Amino acid sequence: MALPSYASRGERLTHAAYLGFCVLVFIFLVTPILVIVPLSFSSEPWFTYPLPGLSLRWYEDFFGNERWVVAIKNSAIVGFASTLLATTLGTLAALGLSRGNLPYRGLIMSILISPMVVPVVITAVAMYFAYALVGLNNSYLGLILAHTALSTPFVVITVTATLTGFDRSLTRAAASLGAAPWTVFRIVTLPIIAPGVVSGALFAFVTSWDEVVVALFLASPEQRTLPRQMFSGIREQISPTITAAATFLIVFAALLMTTLELLRRRSERLARGR
Amino acid sequence: MSSTTAPALAAGTGPDGLSLKASLARAERRSRLVSLALVTPLLLFIVASFCIPLGFMLYRAIDNPEVAETLPATVAAMKGWTQGGVPEEPVFAALAADLIAAQKARTTGLVGKRVNYEIPGARSKFLKVGRELERAPAGGPWKPIFEKSDPQWTDPVFWSALKRIGQPMTAFYLLSAVDLRLDQTGALTRQVPDQAIFLDVLFRTLWISLLVTVSTLVLGYPIAHLLASLPPRHANLLMLLVLLPFTTSILVRTTAWVVLLQTNGVLNDVMVWLGLLDERIQLIYNRFGTVLAMTHIQLPFTVLPIYSVMKGISPAHMRAARSLGAGPVYAFTRVYMPQTLPGVGAGCLLTFILSLGYYITPALVGGPLDQMISYFVALYTNRELNWGQASALGAVLLAVTMVFYAIFNRLVGIDKVKLG
Repeated sequence: MALPSYASRGERLTHAAYLGFCVLVFIFLVTPILVIVPLSFSSEPWFTYPLPGLSLRWYEDFFGNERWVVAIKNSAIVGFASTLLATTLGTLAALGLSRGNLPYRGLIMSILISPMVVPVVITAVAMYFAYALVGLNNSYLGLILAHTALSTPFVVITVTATLTGFDRSLTRAAASLGAAPWTVFRIVTLPIIAPGVVSGALFAFVTSWDEVVVALFLASPEQRTLPRQMFSGIREQISPTITAAATFLIVFAALLMTTLELLRRRSERLARGR
Repeated sequence: MSSTTAPALAAGTGPDGLSLKASLARAERRSRLVSLALVTPLLLFIVASFCIPLGFMLYRAIDNPEVAETLPATVAAMKGWTQGGVPEEPVFAALAADLIAAQKARTTGLVGKRVNYEIPGARSKFLKVGRELERAPAGGPWKPIFEKSDPQWTDPVFWSALKRIGQPMTAFYLLSAVDLRLDQTGALTRQVPDQAIFLDVLFRTLWISLLVTVSTLVLGYPIAHLLASLPPRHANLLMLLVLLPFTTSILVRTTAWVVLLQTNGVLNDVMVWLGLLDERIQLIYNRFGTVLAMTHIQLPFTVLPIYSVMKGISPAHMRAARSLGAGPVYAFTRVYMPQTLPGVGAGCLLTFILSLGYYITPALVGGPLDQMISYFVALYTNRELNWGQASALGAVLLAVTMVFYAIFNRLVGIDKVKLG
């Protein structure tokens, strides 16, 4: 942003200060993430710069230590299962919500969104009490159901947003040509809203993949997920293996988010093309 | 459409012989049912896996089963007893029978613990008299055994308190969550000072959330403005710098701050190297570290709504104000800033609401005096095993969150929040 040529000296100074301030804020935003990555390649177990030497030993520990490997595996199992469940349920609900003739739509929407609004500790404690009664604590199923509940709002919101741009006359056309409702959904609706569904699924996966509070309450050591393992690692004695785990998570999140961005661009392109 | 439809339409009836109006109503009803059928699976799932547990937790904040369930005969016998004196032998006999049963079921400690919340020291007296009753000859009389065990058993105030604690529901936990209690005569009073910690925790939670909100606004407003006023090519690049931390997990970012803020961590290194500090200072496990890390995590949540509002403000407004003679400050505060207020409101409320529920970051970066309500909910659930208190604190946190969420919904609307 350039200043107009008639800007006074004071204005130029203010503007320079403003730009300087912005630069500092951007540094503040990215530094923590950029600093932690190189530390995971340090050859020594302390967190200083310049790095004493380069080594992959923390990654060896991360991928070789059974606790971490089990944690990655558990995160993957719970993440995939809850994503599948959340995406199916969430997409169906979004289809129902956006048909425009649902009674009590506002009420239903606020119930469906509520897991996102309630502070996660409350959710965790409530589930801990209730799931104990039906024997779901310390089980994969309990954790999967809990993560599913937390992720469905993201699917509902994302798919609903995609559906607002969806042209209903397409499904009507397909139906009038004799397609059964399921065929209409499979051949017409789904391919068009697919980017939204995939984004919703990715959001659901990330929600489960990053979730720690519910996992702290509901999971026994057997279902220990990656964030939970990191949480106890930071609490006890922070070892550089945690920086390797953090880097792994950063790279993983970056990949997922790049996918999301590409999907968003694709759907924008499609929207413009129409 | 079948070929018979057209004449039927002309006659005012549908293909099924119904009037067009009835046929339309029927189709609409069917369509509504389809919508409902699509939504129902998720609705049932959320109700079963989330809403019912939540309701159950809220109920637990007033549920008071211990005494009523462990000492049923005593509670029944006390119904006929009028408060103010010490009960007679029948009540003591009932209590003795209940306690002997409790000794067998090993639940004396449980009921003692519950009474102990309101009458400190009661637990050991329950355990003591329980052991003595087991050894006592069957058939009583029971009252002398209690009298000999501890003078408290003949204290009228203790008995009125016990009668109250025997009710199936209690306001005790909820009152305690806001540092109130019923004294032994049943009047509402302030909690005794050494147990009155929860209002402090509540105000601390609000205060930390406010500090974080203000910091994110101060840091975020200028960069939102910069992002909104740069040409798209540059803005997109800078936007990545906002989105990169946004998409990185909270745990990873908290880890990063733990590493950065340690006494022999990177930030202390840099400040010593620059000569800003002579000695390394404590940056972590205190309020500074907590607010700093939380500000970093919440900054994108504040920036993005402000940015999207600023994006919609035409630059012509500022140019017009300037050309009409307004100075830069006047034009900014009178023309530009008021238009950004909806975004500022949305961003700040979002950050404030999310900050209220923080648990992980203060637990890892904060000291004992930086723990927010969430921490105490977890503490009473896992460590103290006082689930009534945990639920009551959860109810308070939920209520505070809902108040601000209602304001947010009024002003902004949850469906307008964009993700990514």
